[in-house]
Amino acid sequence: MKPFGKVTSKTVAVATSNVDTDQIIPARFLTTTDRDGLGDAAFRDWRFDKEGNTLDHPINDIDPDTHNILIAGDNFGCGSSREHAAWALDAFGVRAVISSSFGDIFKSNAVKNGLLPVEVDEATLDLLLSTPDRELTIDLEEEEIRFGNHVVSFATEPFARRCLLQGADPLSVLMDAVCDIEAYERENGKAL
Amino acid sequence: MTGKTLFDKVWERNLVRDEAPDSPAILHVGLHLIHEVTTPQAFQVLAERGLKVRRPDLTLGTIDHSVPTLPAGKDGRLPYATTAAENQIDTLRTNCALHNIVLLDLDDPRRGIVHMVGPELGRTHPGTVVVCGDSHTSTHGAFGALAFGIGTTEVGHVLASQALFQRKPKTLRIVFDGTTAPGVTAKDMALTVIARLGMDGGTGYVLEYAGEAVRALSMEGRMTLCNLSIEAGARAGMVAPDQTTFDYLAGRPGIPEDWDAAIASWSELYSDDDAVFDKEITIDAATIVPMVTYGVSPHEAAPVNGNVPAASNANASEALDYMGLSGGEELSAIAVNRVFVGSCTNGRIEDLRQVAGLLRGKRVADHVSMLVVPGSAAVKKQAEDEGLDKVFVTAGAEWREPGCSMCIAMNGDKGAPGEVVVSTSNRNFRGRQGEGVRTILASPATAAASAVVGRLADPRQLEVT
Ligand code: SF4
Repeated sequence: MKPFGKVTSKTVAVATSNVDTDQIIPARFLTTTDRDGLGDAAFRDWRFDKEGNTLDHPINDIDPDTHNILIAGDNFGCGSSREHAAWALDAFGVRAVISSSFGDIFKSNAVKNGLLPVEVDEATLDLLLSTPDRELTIDLEEEEIRFGNHVVSFATEPFARRCLLQGADPLSVLMDAVCDIEAYERENGKAL
Repeated sequence: MTGKTLFDKVWERNLVRDEAPDSPAILHVGLHLIHEVTTPQAFQVLAERGLKVRRPDLTLGTIDHSVPTLPAGKDGRLPYATTAAENQIDTLRTNCALHNIVLLDLDDPRRGIVHMVGPELGRTHPGTVVVCGDSHTSTHGAFGALAFGIGTTEVGHVLASQALFQRKPKTLRIVFDGTTAPGVTAKDMALTVIARLGMDGGTGYVLEYAGEAVRALSMEGRMTLCNLSIEAGARAGMVAPDQTTFDYLAGRPGIPEDWDAAIASWSELYSDDDAVFDKEITIDAATIVPMVTYGVSPHEAAPVNGNVPAASNANASEALDYMGLSGGEELSAIAVNRVFVGSCTNGRIEDLRQVAGLLRGKRVADHVSMLVVPGSAAVKKQAEDEGLDKVFVTAGAEWREPGCSMCIAMNGDKGAPGEVVVSTSNRNFRGRQGEGVRTILASPATAAASAVVGRLADPRQLEVT
């Protein structure tokens, strides 16, 4: 898995609340059998009109090298469980999303793809939304974000944090537990 | 010691390893449902790592999201929206064959939307964990299962191990006191809950629906209620199993061999009187009326005979702009272009009977096109055996083959930009039913009444035959 340690970047702010995963990647792009190549599909209908002309939207400022931290309104990533949303954001160049809350399944998907959801209080979010294009550092080791003279701490689920910092793969950890899973099945009349 | 909630009991029954500060719990999965859209990349991970599907017997595949609902053409070919969609379905066939997973393919009389087939086949069991790469997996909670949607990486985890990592969520009980009025359905109960909780009021919680009005619901109604839990942010919603549950499951092919032992064990699944919930809300069931949405998220819902609420912030006014509505407008004045009846929310036989009851002897308004899509092949057959298909067609609606259809608009069934679609599905997100489409969520009864009137309509004003 792609590790996440520390990221320093300029921010892009989208104040919209409840950005659902249908906005992050519309369903018509879900017929792929690959994880890769979904960058063009990210926020497709925010970025382009039906004819493919670029629309004026702050999300266009995302740049993997310079502007890879997205600040978004509350409840980002709600709705559909499609992991394509995390894949598309990653391919589009987003390394982390800062909001005051996230859709549960999106959050769980994001961390498995080296994309960090950072939950901050509403006052911090409002400040960041109102001052886009500012340099900000996200430090997962210290669990804090730093910008200007602000230091704001955040919490991450400890297992996800460990996997992100080490680039470790949760599936290997789960496969190490197969003995326990088998024992559970035997004891509970669920074995084959 | 305080009592346990329904959720606590189900959680404990499926716990392989308890959670610790630095590691989540490991939960055993009793049923893993898979479909074409969220699985190819999971099987790819298995292939890359040389892993097998550990329990094909606890895995069930179906094809639903991008399947055409029109029959095959003269050349015998189904009208797929794209070759990519067809290829994705073929990929699922290959993967299921390779791993000995039963796939309910398009010619299988048991096939249907993923959340229809589990219950219909008796594979959704109370007290187990049911997962699927689909957020409306919460549907199966109607049986007292802990059922929730997962991402594709986790689909891979479950395929390989039949278990998954999970942090214990909080619990929220929603008690419906008293009974609902005639003409009020489970969909209206759900939209009332979502409007009350907001779009993220349930985030981090498992919901338990309880109270007299829930006990009075059929399994179909309970499934509708649990299905919509995710629209309030809750990954799972549950109803304690009871005689209604057992009667529904009895005789279905996938039920446990020792039925009496199963009933005895399932009968213990309820929240103890002294159980403590992290949060609890009570709703007076008698006050619930037919509800419709007016915005771009399911929580933006109001009584169909009321008005569009004024926008209170920038997000809400953007939503009204998208919908072409303004605050204060009467909802019943909204003209309708299209009506969709179907989906895992409201594509069951009970839903179709309600629609038929309102359409019988009437006609869909001239400027409205109406699509009725059964949720499964079994529902389609049942409806045809009852002659409901004739009622729909005589009224001027189209009767289709089963699938997700306009719920997600991946298969070519969709609305045109700017159209108002009254839909019995679950999401009114921007563009969900086609670019620029304005979706209004409603119950099957409200959808049928609106089709006949040509404007949003309260089904209680129409005669049922
Ligand atoms: S009917 Fe809609 S919500 Fe249900 S599984 Fe299909 S796409 Fe998902």
